Amino acid sequence: MANLIAEYSRNRRLRQRMREAPILAFLFMCALASIGTTVGIVIVLLEGALQFFREVPVFEFLTGTEWTPLFSNKQFGVLPLLSATVVISFAALAIAVPVGLLTAVYLSEYAPEGVRSIVKPVLEVLAGIPTVVLGYFAISFINPTIIKPLFSTETPFTALGAAMAMGVMLIPMVASLSEDAMRAVPASLREGAYAVGSDRFQVSVKVVVPAALSGIVAAALLALARAVGETMIVTIAAGSIANFSANPLEPMQTMTAYIAQVVFGDTERGGVEYQSVFAVGLLLFIFTLSINMLAQAVLARFREIYD
Amino acid sequence: MVTENFLNLPQTTTAEAAVEPARDATPESVIDVRELQAYYGENRALKDISLSLYSRRVSAIIGPSGCGKSTLVRCLNRMHEMSSGGHVKGEVLYQGENIYGAGVDPVELRSRIGMVFQKPNPFPKSIFENVAFGLKVNGISGNTSERVERSLRRAALWDEVKDRLKQSALQLSGGQQQRLCIARALAVEPEVILMDEPCSALDPMATLAVEELIRELSQEVTIIIVTHNMQQAARVSHHTAFLMMDQDKAGYLVEYGPTSEVFTNPKSEHTEAYITGRFS
Ligand SMILES: Nc1ncnc2c1ncn2[C@@H]1O[C@H](COP(=O)(O)OP(=O)(O)OP(=O)(O)O)[C@@H](O)[C@H]1O
Ligand SMILES: [Mg+2]
Repeated sequence: MANLIAEYSRNRRLRQRMREAPILAFLFMCALASIGTTVGIVIVLLEGALQFFREVPVFEFLTGTEWTPLFSNKQFGVLPLLSATVVISFAALAIAVPVGLLTAVYLSEYAPEGVRSIVKPVLEVLAGIPTVVLGYFAISFINPTIIKPLFSTETPFTALGAAMAMGVMLIPMVASLSEDAMRAVPASLREGAYAVGSDRFQVSVKVVVPAALSGIVAAALLALARAVGETMIVTIAAGSIANFSANPLEPMQTMTAYIAQVVFGDTERGGVEYQSVFAVGLLLFIFTLSINMLAQAVLARFREIYD
Repeated sequence: MVTENFLNLPQTTTAEAAVEPARDATPESVIDVRELQAYYGENRALKDISLSLYSRRVSAIIGPSGCGKSTLVRCLNRMHEMSSGGHVKGEVLYQGENIYGAGVDPVELRSRIGMVFQKPNPFPKSIFENVAFGLKVNGISGNTSERVERSLRRAALWDEVKDRLKQSALQLSGGQQQRLCIARALAVEPEVILMDEPCSALDPMATLAVEELIRELSQEVTIIIVTHNMQQAARVSHHTAFLMMDQDKAGYLVEYGPTSEVFTNPKSEHTEAYITGRFS
């Protein structure tokens, strides 16, 4: 009797495993596909970059302050592109993080249910605005009507204009992710704070935001990764001049904008300026990878403190 | 059929006998609840509650699940209005003043009437910061670490945590966390502390420690404790209120009086049925 039962369950387990096998295989293929794609991208980038570095020494590429691949006197110092990416991304974050965070605090801690049920979908719509529209918004509105009168700039293209449009693009993302993190803070913590005589603002700032900090930091880093990778806004609104400067009122060209310019332009394939795209792409890849790793590290540290 | 001692407890374990036999016979009331009705939106959760809670005594609130015990204590520090649709009718007088009157600031009120919750809810901060939290938000200056130490001592937690005040409060055991929450409430020196089933998430040893603490504290503060545990009500409280739900699911006060009377000689058959466990 006991043997029969044992055998039955063994058969059952076997049948189950047989049924699961194709599903397992399919899931494994899916996982493999995304890993494979990543590996493929890295190989292509590395291959192109290696060819480029045969012409231009790595050191010169990383430390040069002039980027003039389309001039007759070609210079391949990537610092202007790198600095443009850094300046524009951080300026965009400087707008998106405070505004997004305050929006999240309002939505999660202050807004009545009625207001929330309107604002949340509006935010989602805002997140869906095509970046080409935001780029156009930057050159047709932000630059002429805000930046020009304020700073009396001459050029129709400024890094600041692009950064502001990018900030608008990132606000919904920061707000929505931070709000999720803040609403995940247990109600019991808020009640504990109210019970010792805190007002709403103190509860938000001293309890909810700190308890949701890991989520908020993650939101900011994800926004940073998106800002670094954003192409359309900077291509349209930042100007296409590689400019090694920290002044956001000047035109600049980011790494992504340069790649777009070359890929869509009529540069001949195989030339050194075409290969430079791979080197810049590789740098961009390393850059975003480091941001992601930083995000992981930060998250791990906060997790240690908070649970 | 009323027996002498339903729970077979030695009489000396009721708080009146254990703490201080020689207390003044007629205690003064700090909180007077008058014809209180509490609502969640349209639904009435409490109906016509009137009772006086006495200064520096422990009052227990007992009753079946859903009868409105939590709602009642949350009405006493205006926490009830934080729930969606929560509002009240009637009055709650605190030291003679209606806390629902115009011009009463609920935030200020809550710093005078503290609260401890069912599940320990320390902030994800250090032990020290947890206790100091109420001092900070209330702008109480002066020697913070002294007050933190005093509160931790009063909560009988000091010896266990004095060497690790900077550690996260979440590393404490459940019982320690609950005593930390009591210390957090004590730090702002409230005159009343509301406790909503403070021991229900604790093991028996931790429960005993908290009960001991409640008895100790009742020398200086007024304590109102919701509990599901009859023995606990009998052990720690001086007065007991028994609530029940009527047909339209609103909680009402069945009986209120000195604990020894409610437990050994209940006036209502419902009370008797409930405390002897014959509740349907
Ligand atoms: N936030 C809320 N929204 C709507 N109704 C609620 C809410 N909280 C409680 N109620 C209702 O109010 C009534 C009283 O609830 P309350 O939590 O005060 O009961 P309780 O006596 O504390 O129960 P328990 O012993 O289970 O803790 C119940 O019918 C409950 O369904
Ligand atoms: Mg309850």
